[in-house]
Amino acid sequence: MTNTIFALSSGLPPAGIAVVRVSGPSAGLALSKLAGKLPPPRRATYCRFSDGAGAPLDDGLALWFPGPGTATGEDLAELHLHGARAVVAAVLGVLSEMDGLSPAQAGEFTRRAFENGRIDLAEAEGLADLLAAETEGQRQSALALAEGGLGRKVEAWQRDLLRQSALVEAALDFSDEGDVGESGHRAAFGPLIADIAAHLANPPAERLRDGVRIVLAGPPNSGKSSLFNDMVGRHAAIVTDIAGTTRDRIEAPVVMDGVPLLLIDTAGLRAEGADQVEAIGIARTGEAMAEADIILWLGAANECPEGALLIAPKADLGTSAPGLAVSTLTGAGMAELRVQIVALAKALLPKPGALALNARHRAILAEVLDELRAADAAHDPIITAEHLRTARTRLDALTGRAGVEDMLDALFGAFCVGK
Amino acid sequence: MNSFDTIIIGGGHAGVEAACASARMGARTALVSFRRDMIGAMSCNPAIGGLGKGHLVREVDAFDGILARAADAAAIHYRMLNGSKGAAVQGPRVQADRKLFKAAVHALVDAQANLTVIEGEAQSLIIDDGAVAGLTLGGGAELRSKAVVLATGTFLNGKMFCGEAQTGGGRVGEDAAVTLGQQLRGLGLPLGRLKTGTPPRLDGRTINWAGLEVQPSDDGDWTFSDLSVSRETPQLWCAITRTNARTHQVIRENLDRSPLFAGGIEGQGPRYCPSIEDKIHRFGDRDGHQIFLEPEGLDDPLVYPNGISTSLPVDVQEAFLRTIPGLERVEIAQPGYAVEYDHIDPRALLATLEIRALPGVFCAGQINGTTGYEEASAQGLVAGLNAAAKALGKPAIILDRASSYIGVMIDDLVLQGITEPYRMLTARAEYRLRLRADNAATRLTPLAMEIGCVGPERENWFVSRETQRNAVLDALQKAVSAREVVEKGGDVRDDGVKQSVFNWLRFDGVSVDTLHALAPEARDCPPALLSEIIEDARYAPYIARQEAEVRAMRANEGIRIPAALHFAGIGGLSNEMIERLNAARPATLGAAERIRGITPAALAAILVHAKRSAA
Repeated sequence: MTNTIFALSSGLPPAGIAVVRVSGPSAGLALSKLAGKLPPPRRATYCRFSDGAGAPLDDGLALWFPGPGTATGEDLAELHLHGARAVVAAVLGVLSEMDGLSPAQAGEFTRRAFENGRIDLAEAEGLADLLAAETEGQRQSALALAEGGLGRKVEAWQRDLLRQSALVEAALDFSDEGDVGESGHRAAFGPLIADIAAHLANPPAERLRDGVRIVLAGPPNSGKSSLFNDMVGRHAAIVTDIAGTTRDRIEAPVVMDGVPLLLIDTAGLRAEGADQVEAIGIARTGEAMAEADIILWLGAANECPEGALLIAPKADLGTSAPGLAVSTLTGAGMAELRVQIVALAKALLPKPGALALNARHRAILAEVLDELRAADAAHDPIITAEHLRTARTRLDALTGRAGVEDMLDALFGAFCVGK
Repeated sequence: MNSFDTIIIGGGHAGVEAACASARMGARTALVSFRRDMIGAMSCNPAIGGLGKGHLVREVDAFDGILARAADAAAIHYRMLNGSKGAAVQGPRVQADRKLFKAAVHALVDAQANLTVIEGEAQSLIIDDGAVAGLTLGGGAELRSKAVVLATGTFLNGKMFCGEAQTGGGRVGEDAAVTLGQQLRGLGLPLGRLKTGTPPRLDGRTINWAGLEVQPSDDGDWTFSDLSVSRETPQLWCAITRTNARTHQVIRENLDRSPLFAGGIEGQGPRYCPSIEDKIHRFGDRDGHQIFLEPEGLDDPLVYPNGISTSLPVDVQEAFLRTIPGLERVEIAQPGYAVEYDHIDPRALLATLEIRALPGVFCAGQINGTTGYEEASAQGLVAGLNAAAKALGKPAIILDRASSYIGVMIDDLVLQGITEPYRMLTARAEYRLRLRADNAATRLTPLAMEIGCVGPERENWFVSRETQRNAVLDALQKAVSAREVVEKGGDVRDDGVKQSVFNWLRFDGVSVDTLHALAPEARDCPPALLSEIIEDARYAPYIARQEAEVRAMRANEGIRIPAALHFAGIGGLSNEMIERLNAARPATLGAAERIRGITPAALAAILVHAKRSAA
């Protein structure tokens, strides 16, 4: 017997509105107990929520979705509450005392939707990204995935692959037939290889989800943390005149012009004078720079890493170093810096609405591509067929066919409760 | 003497193999057939083996079965299909002299201990408490047994079509087992209907052979059975001719007289072995279709025209035949016909080929919806072994997809069911590189010896062969440099690499002569064994990769699905999935995963429910 789960589905309170979801066979009963009645299906209904003793908890909207045609495939109730901590805690408390109800585990709503055949694996991943989407670009890309865009593409590849395999297999299994002949028909993998390679060359989905990684680097006391705080809009990093104040990297997500960025402040680079802690920080700076999508270099032009954006900070001091002059004190150059960062970052992001592949998709498609290239290169038709077979099973894995249980654990472990 | 351990019904390829396998296991076995003299008859093409099918013959041989030995005794033409490609897809095939083949089968059956042949009609199964207890014969006599194998071929409600004429019966001149068929229908087993066809037999003395392209027997000295020493019979050649526009015109003009198109036949025929009228109807753009003219025997004028199976009326058959080069004045000795018959939906079977709902009854051959002597024989082997194991209280013998083509076929049948007569293809075997016709004994004879179905002659052969193999493999472990390989005639790049001779065999430029020079011990190795070892070396990286896949597959086989799991109660499964799961009742998650149309989401839901109901 399936239990009924509930959780806060919206962000942490305090917030304007908090949404609590209840899914499972007792969802209807729970809703009628809380709201005093079962609202008509699929219609937002104004209700007074009260506890078992009849004491009012909150006024809000209730939505009732009878299964199985719901997001989870089960009976589903949604409570839209005022987003105060006390209100949410009280409602969750009342729910937890009801028979057969228990708090949802991480990712359990999506897991149920998946198990009940409401969504396929690629859609589940897309949905996770969609719910986590903060920018318009993230939303469009996640939507393309959630609507099965990847599934359709994979199906098209699968069809092409099956067509090519059929040609090869015909030559192996029916070479004694007049219509096939010993030589068989040469399969053509070129277009399929090119199409998959093109999709792999697209910017990865993680940049959209996690933000383009912008690393501020340079010598100590060059103004990295001031610039960082200015761009983040709050005092996330401690700023002093003492060289080596920033000892570890500090990360902050920001959105500029709708583009998600992950700003990373780092320990200043110096060869001497650093204590043990700072030395570790400096090592981490090296790692951050290696992983960076864009480096803002606040140092000498001749030490500027290749491809980095050279910044001349502290322009208010009247220095005339090469690079983009900025001042966090006067705001000079800051608008120009933002324009340049956004332009660079946009080039690194998937086009709006394009299929952006995440790391799992990319790893699998890279394998498929390797198999196809090996199939194309092989002279022995048995080896060609074997590579094509492997390519087919890898593509199956993209929609979740192979190694089912491990893959599910990893996937659902990455989900946040109530999403 | 009316009591046996097992009773086998049917004397065709499935029945004979089942009877001999059961008897080899030590079970007291009865083989019941309409007519003793028809045991071992080849009702269609007098050929054994072919692509995919040759694997099955070798695998049956590895269990000390009889098909390969009978084929060798009767072979009048040997051909290794795909001979220019790797061994994994090579298909040994022979044409057999019908009389010699039947005589060889009779001799093997007669020589088999524990086996009694009983002539009679199998009228009905005796069923006690829902399990089989024996068989009632046509005259009312009862035979008792603990297990029964149904190998009834096309005899279940068989109906033959030749043009507008229809007759009951499974093969020309023989009766259909109507009563047994009615009983099976009454038991509520899922049944389906299929059709198959056969071409007219020609009088070879009326064929003008001059000017026809000739295909001689292979030069090689390979045989089907490991126990056959050499080719024993004289080798004949075949001839090749083609249909042409005039042939097609004659057939087109008379399509309305074919029961296939006139609607008399409802059963589904095979796509890979269509009748000539089907070929012309579906591939109208082709200007001709190949016909192999295959001799039926050494002292038999009959010729089997392979490629033109038909159920057109006799006068049309004669008319279209005479438009074909070489057949201008041909006489038909026996017209072609189509036969339609009942089969059991094989998803009602366990992997032992036992009917799930009727313990003790096993099914093998065309009754399971397959086609072909080889497929029938391989199922007969499995059904016979398991019927004997059941009767003798021994563990079931199950071959999985990684072990053999037999395992692939049975897994396909019991999980997917069939929509047309099932034929073996190498493409069906995902572990094709491991499952070769040339290594069947290596793969399966150890298991066969373990379960006790191998005679002393094969056991001795196998043990001494393994000794030779180990000696050769030891010698091939010797590390040699690229320079040495080049010096011994190998065409490889001299890049200073030093590796074992076995590894060097992977390179195309290393010939058998080079191998002999590098490892002189290999000279003493029998050529068949050496070529098996070379093939292993050539595909070693791929075989290693497949090993990993096999391990993953066998791990999913370890997750059991409770027999009582209610698939319809699992949310999110489509009606089609529920129907397929209920029909096949997969015993493990691995089996459920292989069922066509079962999506990853469905599989996850099944897994969760299986775990929940197990907890």
